[in-house]
Amino acid sequence: MNPPSLNWRGMAAIYRFEIHRFARTIWTSLMTPVITTSLYFIVFGSAIGSRMTDIGGIPYAAFIVPGLIMLSMFQESIFNASFGIYMPKWTGTIYEILSAPLSSLEIVLAYVGAAASKSIMVGMVIFATAHLFVDVDVAHPLAMVGFMALIAISFCLFGFILGVWAQSFEQLQVIPLLVIMPMTFLGGAFYSIHMLPEPWRTITLFNPIIYLISGFRWTFFGKGDVSIGISLIFIAAMLALCIGAVAWIFRTGYRLKK
Amino acid sequence: MNPIISISGVGKTYASGHVALGAVDLDIREGEIFALLGPNGAGKTTLISVICGLVTPSSGTISVAGHDIIRDYKAARSTIGLVPQELHTDAFEKVIDTVQFSRGLFGKPRDDAFIEKILRDLTLWDKRNSKIMELSGGMKRRVMIAKALAHEPRILFLDEPTAGVDVELRKDMWRLVRRLRETGVTIILTTHYIEEAEEMADRVGVINKGQLLLVDDKDVLMHKLGTKTMTIHLDEAVTAIPEALQHWNLNLVRDGRDIEYTYDATAQQSEVPALISALQLSGVSYADISTRQSTLEDIFVGLVHAGDVSEAEVQA
Repeated sequence: MNPPSLNWRGMAAIYRFEIHRFARTIWTSLMTPVITTSLYFIVFGSAIGSRMTDIGGIPYAAFIVPGLIMLSMFQESIFNASFGIYMPKWTGTIYEILSAPLSSLEIVLAYVGAAASKSIMVGMVIFATAHLFVDVDVAHPLAMVGFMALIAISFCLFGFILGVWAQSFEQLQVIPLLVIMPMTFLGGAFYSIHMLPEPWRTITLFNPIIYLISGFRWTFFGKGDVSIGISLIFIAAMLALCIGAVAWIFRTGYRLKK
Repeated sequence: MNPIISISGVGKTYASGHVALGAVDLDIREGEIFALLGPNGAGKTTLISVICGLVTPSSGTISVAGHDIIRDYKAARSTIGLVPQELHTDAFEKVIDTVQFSRGLFGKPRDDAFIEKILRDLTLWDKRNSKIMELSGGMKRRVMIAKALAHEPRILFLDEPTAGVDVELRKDMWRLVRRLRETGVTIILTTHYIEEAEEMADRVGVINKGQLLLVDDKDVLMHKLGTKTMTIHLDEAVTAIPEALQHWNLNLVRDGRDIEYTYDATAQQSEVPALISALQLSGVSYADISTRQSTLEDIFVGLVHAGDVSEAEVQA
């Protein structure tokens, strides 16, 4: 029987702890996306982009903005959330979290909430940086922010699962680097799938990242590779899968409790 | 008085098939210092971990302050402070931040005066702005205790609090534990230092191979199982026990220079005067006689090495 009220102070303690952890590395956390985004704009936007034709009436440099934001947010979300739960496991301080009067829901909300806050912040910083290089108007600002939040939460949940699963720092790195990064590059971050010849276009449709980036691009330009409805279904599916996996982790105590 | 912790039929079998706990029954009384004594791997830490929610029991039920630890885990855990055996700390955090964090985790409102008091009690106040990684091992252990006390628990678990700690800090720790008991906190400590249990505990439980072999008041336990050894230091070494003393069940030690007599100190009638008379009659000359009361350690080693204790002793 759960007491009706949430342990808000407990969640706030974890949230503050995590934000404090990010704050310790605030400059690298924020400068890294600024610098990489700038580099992408110089290389893809100015050097190559000037020779590219518009994509569906959108200048190439503007076209890649949503993809760049997504690219960083995927990585940031997975990295921060997985590290947040992996570190206490690794140092052993998780004993305190597990022995505290906190429900699994509260633990996940606090860790994922903190990691998602940071990745939304990074997303916003990249968005601001992009404005230094190109003019981008956002067709649906509210939808854009909502989409960022959904993406941040989904990928932070995924990162949380990864952090619980990982038993070494190598395992922690392998999924973001070897799975998510290639899928993002091949998921239309820098091009429209309509630019691809068959059979690649059809093959690409099996990459779920396509639907996420396309949906985010829709919030900017009012159009994407696929319809916004399909994008939302994919995000909802990912969110549901991750929530299911997290629920299973806490029900069985997988790699947290013996 | 209702026990503050009631453990009934608790067992734990790990996925590997290893049975860490048999079926343990144990009641902890409010306000006592209870020492759980056992060799490494006996199941002490597993039992604590089950009570605190770190390990899921395979069987049995536990209630803490009247709350079931599974059904009503929030209420149960709110009453418990845990100091684990290993020094698990967040290296980059400041002492005061990590202690505040612990208080928040347990849902308590911020209370700077209380945190200051804990840090002062543990002589950590001067170090409050140091990062934990800058502290010595002994200081880190104090930080762990401060964290466990930060939410004003009614029950404190100390898992091997003095393992690898120098004498000075150990004495400090003992003083601290006594002070806490005076404020009404129930303390359960595990140790394999018998000295510690003997020094501090009100009651002692001996655990080995996942089985609770015995639980009793420390004094009763020492009295009940206490044997005394009388050593007769002879003037001249002998090669065998003299004929006249054969039926006394004596041992010749130190190359025949000492004779040892082990007897039950609690027996109704002491046989010691009779033995001394017999000694004199036998013409054995001796320089001195000394006696020694067995310690908890002797009792413990006896119990653990006996493998199993007879039913009668456990029931007694």
